Amino acid sequence: MSKDIRIRKGLNINLVGAAEQTISKAVTSNVYALNLDDFHGITPKMLVKQGEDIKAGEPLFYNKNNEEMHFVSPVSGELVEIVRGARRRILTLKVLADKEQNYVINKVPDLDTASGEAIKSYLLQCGGWPFIKQRPYDVIADPSVTPKAIFVSAYGTAPLAADPDFILKDKEQEIQAAIMGLGKLTPGKIHVTIGKSNRSPFNDIEGIELHKISGPHPAGLVGTQINKIDPVNKGETVWTISPQDLVMLGELLLTGKFNAERTVALAGSVIKEPKYYKTKIGAEISTFLYASGVKQDRFRLINGDVLTGVKTNTEGYLGFYNNTVTAIPEGDDYEFFGWNKPVFNKISTTRALTFSWLQPKKKYDLNTNTNGEHRAFVVTGLYEEVFPLDIYPMQLLKACMIKDLDEMEQLGLCEVAPEDFALTEFICISKQPHQQIIREGLDLLQKELG
Amino acid sequence: MKEKLHAFRVKNQDKKWFPVFSGFHTFLFTPKETTHNGTHIKGADDLKRTMNTVVMSLVPCLIFGMFNTGYQHYLALGEIEAVSNGFFSAGFWTMDNFLLGLWKVLPLVIVSYGVGLAIEFLFCVIKKHEIEEGYLVTGMLVPLIVPVDLPLWMLAVAVAFGVVIGKEVFGGTGMNILNPALTIRAFLFFAYPTWMSGDKVWVHGAVDTAGTADAISGETVLGSLAQGAEHSYSLLDMFYGFIPGSVGETSALLILLGGLFLVFTKIASWRIMVSAVLGSLAMGLIFNGIVSAGWLPEYSKFYTLMSFPYWQHLLVGGLAFGIVFMATDPVTGSQTNKGKWYYGFFIGFLSVMIRVFNPGYPEGVFLAILLMNVFAPTIDHYVVRGNIKKRLKRLKTATIYPRTSDEVDSLKTETA
Repeated sequence: MSKDIRIRKGLNINLVGAAEQTISKAVTSNVYALNLDDFHGITPKMLVKQGEDIKAGEPLFYNKNNEEMHFVSPVSGELVEIVRGARRRILTLKVLADKEQNYVINKVPDLDTASGEAIKSYLLQCGGWPFIKQRPYDVIADPSVTPKAIFVSAYGTAPLAADPDFILKDKEQEIQAAIMGLGKLTPGKIHVTIGKSNRSPFNDIEGIELHKISGPHPAGLVGTQINKIDPVNKGETVWTISPQDLVMLGELLLTGKFNAERTVALAGSVIKEPKYYKTKIGAEISTFLYASGVKQDRFRLINGDVLTGVKTNTEGYLGFYNNTVTAIPEGDDYEFFGWNKPVFNKISTTRALTFSWLQPKKKYDLNTNTNGEHRAFVVTGLYEEVFPLDIYPMQLLKACMIKDLDEMEQLGLCEVAPEDFALTEFICISKQPHQQIIREGLDLLQKELG
Repeated sequence: MKEKLHAFRVKNQDKKWFPVFSGFHTFLFTPKETTHNGTHIKGADDLKRTMNTVVMSLVPCLIFGMFNTGYQHYLALGEIEAVSNGFFSAGFWTMDNFLLGLWKVLPLVIVSYGVGLAIEFLFCVIKKHEIEEGYLVTGMLVPLIVPVDLPLWMLAVAVAFGVVIGKEVFGGTGMNILNPALTIRAFLFFAYPTWMSGDKVWVHGAVDTAGTADAISGETVLGSLAQGAEHSYSLLDMFYGFIPGSVGETSALLILLGGLFLVFTKIASWRIMVSAVLGSLAMGLIFNGIVSAGWLPEYSKFYTLMSFPYWQHLLVGGLAFGIVFMATDPVTGSQTNKGKWYYGFFIGFLSVMIRVFNPGYPEGVFLAILLMNVFAPTIDHYVVRGNIKKRLKRLKTATIYPRTSDEVDSLKTETA
């Protein structure tokens, strides 16, 4: 059964350098790294000491608040370095990979007969759990809470993001297994949202409620879909998982092997040959970046897409949840009278001598310049044009800024993740850091409400 | 120059006057600042561009105001004939008219910007924050909404009051409750009423010649009506703006064009403009209805103003100017789209009501807007409450499962 959702409010940001739909195999990386910032709110407790050998799929550390929740190594090799920051906080774990990879083979539960509890403890033990995130708070799901539903977005609308239909091709078996497993963890439904295309592998999957969505970005964000399908109420919990991570869970449930392999889109105007690469979680980005070549020396390398990704550099590693790596030019240059001359090469939702409204299909080569300075909120009514959720964006942001817990909760903070505010941040005339404001608001709410 | 300015910027970063330099620097060059976290790319608009768009939409009104200043002056002296060949009548667009207007209006602009920006700079240096662009628009609005012969020192005092009390005490641009330009005008109105109302202030030269043999008068359309007199201006005169009034408020045509430009560029809210027009029409219709129903005796002092055709209220006085350029101020107006409808409607409604019933001075736009500025947060409060109520209603059907996960399986088997 499928239901159609149409999103009207939003903005497609068309950028130069979309990945061509061909997959190359990336050079094997020497070192793989887990960046602990990817696991927001998790305090790690190490299970392996520096210098010890480890198999692929063997736990590196566990969550201090839940000893069952293991985080496993993507490859086999030696834990060569634990990078620590201020107050000895662990920042990065680096594993020097073996030439021959050894995997831990876990004992697989029988998907037909296993109880939800068995599946849950299996996923927690074998490193599959961190792929499941929850709302409220946009953090790794709390295993002790039962979600009312699980949401999967298999539609990509973010600028230059990997195309889910393409990277999920021929993965129906794994997806089906993951859906069967996850189905036992919730009495509710598993909502999967796809685009209009018939190529999606989810068309033939059983045990899901299929929705078709159309419209501009953020139609592909799971937050938008939750809001339109079954919004989160106070006290409720929903889980979200990306379709590519479903494949990994599926393989874990079918073969007992934690296979960190994933297909990554390398995109952006700086890349000479933007295309897809097959690599592994935590791989050095340079192993495929230079295979495609870069056009200039100074550029911004982003782990993720241009709206929500994390800044990294050419010595960086592929993030735990990412299937996109983007490279765009840095914009650290002054622009003469940039504030009043007509603008043809940048995107704008207004028409104040900005002309992107004339050519909605045109592809732009945007850089990292902020195009103006940080200011207090002044203009109103513009965020609403790109924000399809039934939430007042500016009022919620202001509630977060003044830390008014009641107001934050009443205005719908529980329903959103920082990524939902990426578009409003992009168009913000006052250049306010919306995603950071929402992240801090969520952290505060979680701390206060527990 | 780009490199030199940058080197200068880096060298003097910790100086006290740095915000002032930075203000001018960013005026010349958009900064080389790049994104750090959050979105790595940003849209093209910033506050400077937004404010600049509003200023651009005001320029036609300013230039027209200059011509009109000269025209009204020479017309009152009897030196020229009234024009009647449409908007582009050659008798209006003469160099004499313009030069006199320039001579009178330019000092108003200079004083408004000079005093206002000086105070802004001072506060930026004290509070060590960047210079904000809010005053660019305010400084342009102020000379357009005052009578042309207003003494410059009064303007300077009023601007100082408006910027400090109206804006800076609340924290600067984006934080103020009342529209700064209207605060300035309200201050002038209550502090120096003889310079802000009556039949002597709207045409240049009328004050100086009062009581002499050469006395000229320049009554506004509303002023004539309030005294029960007929005015001598045709509808087209009122539409084109060939009437006495504050410097920039007379030309309904140019205000309309400016308004369309602002709506097209999405800088100002069309919701506020449309609803304010509707509100003023509604109030005008009510008054016309009262008159035609015969409830009001003809000797009533409100009779002439109340029988003034409802839609013509938009052509005279500051109503159109206020609706387009003042009511749409995003900081002091309603911030929710729904709230903007109520906010605008009441501005139009109250403007016409105050205009008719105000005993001393037949105009009410600035008072109506200031009043609604105060109520805008209340309107927003109820609109946002509506959203919250919807969320609470949804909560009744919430599906919350107990934290112990054992019960889930039993649930599962029950439903299976």
